[in-house]
Amino acid sequence: MSNIPSELKYVTSHEWVRNDGNGVVTVGITEHAQDLLGDMVFVELPEVGDTVSVGDDVAVAESVKAASDIYAPMTGEVIEVNENLEDSPELVNSDAFGGGWLFKLKIADEGELENLLDAEAYANSIDED
Amino acid sequence: MTNKTVLHAKHLEAGAKMVDFYGWEMPINYGSQIEEHHAVRKDAGMFDVSHMTIVDVQGVDAQAFLRRLVINDVAKLDVAGKALYTGMCNLEGGIIDDLIVYFFSNTNYRLVVNSATRVKDLAWINEQSLGFDVAITERPEFAMIAVQGPQAKAKVATLLDTEQTAAVAGMKPFFSAQAGDLFIATTGYTGEDGYEIALPVEQAAKLWQQLLDLGVKPCGLGARDTLRLEAGMNLYGLDMDEGVSPLAANMAWTISWAPEDRNFNGREVLAAQRAAGDQPKLVGLVLEEKGVLRSGLKVITEAGEGVITSGTFSPTLGYSIAMARVPRSVALGSTIEVEMRKKLVKVHVIKPSFVRNGKKAF
Repeated sequence: MSNIPSELKYVTSHEWVRNDGNGVVTVGITEHAQDLLGDMVFVELPEVGDTVSVGDDVAVAESVKAASDIYAPMTGEVIEVNENLEDSPELVNSDAFGGGWLFKLKIADEGELENLLDAEAYANSIDED
Repeated sequence: MTNKTVLHAKHLEAGAKMVDFYGWEMPINYGSQIEEHHAVRKDAGMFDVSHMTIVDVQGVDAQAFLRRLVINDVAKLDVAGKALYTGMCNLEGGIIDDLIVYFFSNTNYRLVVNSATRVKDLAWINEQSLGFDVAITERPEFAMIAVQGPQAKAKVATLLDTEQTAAVAGMKPFFSAQAGDLFIATTGYTGEDGYEIALPVEQAAKLWQQLLDLGVKPCGLGARDTLRLEAGMNLYGLDMDEGVSPLAANMAWTISWAPEDRNFNGREVLAAQRAAGDQPKLVGLVLEEKGVLRSGLKVITEAGEGVITSGTFSPTLGYSIAMARVPRSVALGSTIEVEMRKKLVKVHVIKPSFVRNGKKAF
């Protein structure tokens, strides 16, 4: 069973969301997702300044095995992307919940956080896969 | 029913992620296939290839039979131990499998064929052997470990006894020697130096552990695929199958047309294709921008469409490479396009050989 930190929120499409406060969240993909994808070789990130809505495909994680769309878990504006992934996409594999984060959003509506899954609900969603 | 090789427990012990590979439960990786890939390019890695099928062909007609069965000419083999890569075609010139033939004498050969095609290969070989005085014997009592990489031979050398050391001394590429219990061949599927070692199944776990203790990194099917693709080696089922001519699979060099009276299976069809010059060809593609070329993607050229037969990210080069079947008139060195995730990307056409002995080969 892979690690699913309890302080994060999740989407069934395997993105995680960390509430950084002040209306900012950090988004990444879960350890389970990186494990399914295998070694990451390219990560295509959104542009800073892009506005995104829940469910938009905003990034692509390309691994040795497959290219996988990453969906915006919340509505908002992209205010920062993880530029380290340009040279070190493997951070998504080695540190999915930390150094492998993808982008930060200035969210439009904090209420959307309530729509996300907690760790337990995400764990259950994986079991059903 | 899933088959397991004798090394199955060793894979689990090493933390392997196991997958089904045509009915065999095999390691896809032991953590990171890219790290495994680099180990083979820079140091030494090992693969369990015990699932591959070893078939001995023995008897007074062994040579005559193989001269019919495969598209290369085994009569060219005159030094004991010499190996030959070739294809086995049906009567329509389609590739039933690719294989290596090891020559011991005119009455004694060993074939190593793919595991995915084992059942149909054995059926075909047995059917074709009718009328020839040969014995066809599968050798499931052997396991096989491929040790590959610039340090592979040196590491294996520390485990050999005097007789085995003498047997492999000065062995050139594509040779083999039976030394004690080990059948040691300088063949492989990575484009690096190294050995493929067949040995009795009951000894395999011990050799695997000894290699592990020497720092040889266990490598799974994932790394095996990126390594073979960088080396420009075909994978049966992707780059060719029964519907594909060797002329369309970069295997023309494995056909021996001389002598004219050698009537190998598929000869008539292949000779007509060769004369017509109308078969597509298998080329290498290089994509230097971001993205990964994948099997099945459409290739667009001025001469018509083609298809990617295998594609991957090349860990050695840091960008994507592929093999593609395209119209014969597409020139090496030209730039063509691939339809990839809703857009067209430009790729360079090269001879399908990307990396040799750890270095860029084009």
